[in-house]
Amino acid sequence: MAIDRSLIGKESPEEVFEVEKGAIRKFAEAIGDPHPAFRSGEIAPPTFPTTFRMGIPGVNLELSRVLHGEQEYRYRRPIRAGDVLRCKTRVADVYEREGRLGKMTFLVTEIEGRDAAGELVFTGRSTIIVR
Amino acid sequence: MSEPASLKTPAVRWEPGVELPPLAKDPITKVQLVKYAGASGDYNLIHTDDETARRVGLDGVIAHGMLSMGFLGQYLVHLAGPENVRSLKVRFRQMVRPGDVLTCKGRVAEVTEEPGGCRRVRLEVWAENQKGEAVTTGEGEVLVPAGSS
Repeated sequence: MAIDRSLIGKESPEEVFEVEKGAIRKFAEAIGDPHPAFRSGEIAPPTFPTTFRMGIPGVNLELSRVLHGEQEYRYRRPIRAGDVLRCKTRVADVYEREGRLGKMTFLVTEIEGRDAAGELVFTGRSTIIVR
Repeated sequence: MSEPASLKTPAVRWEPGVELPPLAKDPITKVQLVKYAGASGDYNLIHTDDETARRVGLDGVIAHGMLSMGFLGQYLVHLAGPENVRSLKVRFRQMVRPGDVLTCKGRVAEVTEEPGGCRRVRLEVWAENQKGEAVTTGEGEVLVPAGSS
């Protein structure tokens, strides 16, 4: 297996991400979303948490062999410019499946982000496939 | 100055089974993939470098799955407003390549009353390519005012 199952439950150290207007604007522009709230950079588009890139200790993947299988985000409120989000990520599951292209390893990770007051803002769950 | 048509929130009947008005996206370009790589921080070269893509058995670069999820996020915001998206969950089913033209489509799955005078609406959503294949499928939840039909 490309990833050791003993990594299940492993957590990253907390990282802090400051949400900046310019980063929101660039992200909305790349998607081609013309909404004024995004173009002004006030509110972040729903998939903005993908910009909070965090590694997990012990997981080193060759990017070009990785495919994104599934992604979920849940939000308590929209993310806004000026938010300072404390994020943590953990390995939720590792499993193997026989696919069209042979054996593939699935890595499921979860992320959560809390604001300065400690309130939960968003959670995410990502499944990536290692070929 | 009047707003472009794509910025206007369409009138939607929030009832199970109702088809949502589609949102047509511009064709995906290689420049867009480079921009998305920079904006998202996903520097996987299979999205921006044909040589790398071919080395791992692809015909050429493929779009980030998250770009098509981004389109579906835009779709939910287009339908319900930027404050009102509560979840989005997708599965990436097929590869998307530069030149592909995606259209976001959806249907109302479930409507539940929420405390505080609003309703939570679960939507089935998907992005379809120019051949009519659903490349990214999923569901989202949005809040809408209680009174709006």
